[in-house]
Amino acid sequence: MSAPAARRRVRRLNASMVVGGALVGLVVLAALVSFVWTPHDPVHVDPAHRLAPAFGGDYLLGTDKFGRDVLSRLMVGARTTLYVGIVAVGIAAVLGTPLGMLAGMVGGWSGELVMRANDLLFAFPALLLAIMLGAVFGASALTAMVAIGVATIPAFARVARGQTLSVMHTDYVLAARSAGRSRLAIALRHVLPNIASILIVQASVSFAIAILAEAALSFLGFGTRPPTPSWGRMLQESQELLFSTPRLAFWPGLAIALAVLGFNLLGDGLRDWLDPKLREGR
Amino acid sequence: MALYLLRRVAVFIVSTAVAAVAVFAFMAVLPGDPAAIALGVNATPEAVAAKRAEFGTDRPLAVQFLAWVSGLPTGDFGLSYVSGDRIGPQIADRLGVTLWLVLFGMLIATVVAVPLGAAAAVRHRSVTGLILSGLSQVGVAIPAFLAGILLVFLFAVTWQVLPSGGYTPLAEDPVAWFQQLLLPALSLGLVQGAVLSRYVRSAVLDVLREDFIRTARAKGMGLYRALWRHGSRNAAIPVVTVLGLQLATLLVGAVVVERVFTLPGLGSLLLDGVANRDLLLVQDTVMVLVVAVLAINFLVDALYVVLDPRLRDLSPRGAR
Repeated sequence: MSAPAARRRVRRLNASMVVGGALVGLVVLAALVSFVWTPHDPVHVDPAHRLAPAFGGDYLLGTDKFGRDVLSRLMVGARTTLYVGIVAVGIAAVLGTPLGMLAGMVGGWSGELVMRANDLLFAFPALLLAIMLGAVFGASALTAMVAIGVATIPAFARVARGQTLSVMHTDYVLAARSAGRSRLAIALRHVLPNIASILIVQASVSFAIAILAEAALSFLGFGTRPPTPSWGRMLQESQELLFSTPRLAFWPGLAIALAVLGFNLLGDGLRDWLDPKLREGR
Repeated sequence: MALYLLRRVAVFIVSTAVAAVAVFAFMAVLPGDPAAIALGVNATPEAVAAKRAEFGTDRPLAVQFLAWVSGLPTGDFGLSYVSGDRIGPQIADRLGVTLWLVLFGMLIATVVAVPLGAAAAVRHRSVTGLILSGLSQVGVAIPAFLAGILLVFLFAVTWQVLPSGGYTPLAEDPVAWFQQLLLPALSLGLVQGAVLSRYVRSAVLDVLREDFIRTARAKGMGLYRALWRHGSRNAAIPVVTVLGLQLATLLVGAVVVERVFTLPGLGSLLLDGVANRDLLLVQDTVMVLVVAVLAINFLVDALYVVLDPRLRDLSPRGAR
């Protein structure tokens, strides 16, 4: 890459990245602030103030059918969402990346075996795994996180394998191999740093999928247990009041959509930013 | 081509067998005895032992597995631990509802995605293209069950033109059947349509850069006519792959949407099974869904060869 091109890469942040980053930043901020402050206790039941309207009185976004503050629950819900996302994507990245690298570096029948196992895992979507785990161990945020994480392993493994295959044909890897470096050393010193950027993009996209999965699972009662606030459960609780108080569905719905949009845009933006060929091609 | 298809069939069979082992093993590690759960806490040890013999859970695991798996191809899914009813007919009944939902959803997704994605690609440098891409981004960010809630709010609560839930069999009342299936299918289809439109856009963008389109245009053919005559088949290959993957997503998404609209599909059966701790029912339903996903993947692989004649002459390895 020439020097001006390198400078452009540093300077030119694209719109997707900025908007996505801002939305993700908002969710992270809400989650962080909720550790030290929320307008009200998010789990405090107050029958005297049940279904208080939004933008009036003490409650900015109103209260739910138990009189709990919607804004406070949304803020703590952001924490739940991020927590599930981080653990799930962490599990997928930590297990999927080495598996994909192994398949890409070793090749042959063992590499093929890893990828076939990966394909098989594809047939177990997060929702199905979480329901199975929930049936066996009881539904909880932990089972949801593990299920989403395990179901996301194939995505990381595929990306890691594809990138590893192309890195393995580069001159510096050939040089390292002819210098007698061990496979582990090549993997850690040459392959991993060169596939890291695409893995970061994958993490952002997987995070969005994890948020959707967690929301769906909480909606079905297979995710975060009450009274811990979660956006999916807030939506589920709002459904019976859809005819009388539709705003209860609006806020958690908006939160989920904005968070997913944020991570998707961030992933798209990062991909364009990190891949100069793609940026110049479009 | 035959070799390629044979290889895919072999992969499908082996994957299904391994999936069956995985599902069975997973449910077998479960803490607690189905017989004791079915009889409740006050059951005598003799009654539990008798129930265990009735369920067949007193046999070695390998025997249980072989008995279970050999019944699957013939539709013998065993008896429910809770109701004692045969599970096969229940799954067959519910599968129909889910399949209609998925089929409608896929149809809506395709009808939405193809024109939207193609227009976004053709006008990718204009404001229209930007708006269309933005719309699809927003659609991708909305989970199907949220779309369902929004649609219920609009069509059932505000305008009161469609029912908010329930199911009438097609044979009983086709109009009611269609009305009750429309909102669930729309919630699945619109969201998947948004996802699919991004792939259609990308595929059409790639095709637009091809020489054959430039040649057709130079010969005086209109852009849309050139795209239809020469580009559609080329753009279809990546789109069909995604369509297949999405079919699997729709099948699983239907589990949640069925809950929103109280549809008696496979998803509801699965969730009821979990709620009642009817573990054989859960095991069977999961297996049916997993086999369906594997079968879809197999069909997508097979369709590749039909769509792209170039792959027919390649070795199986090259064709992948």
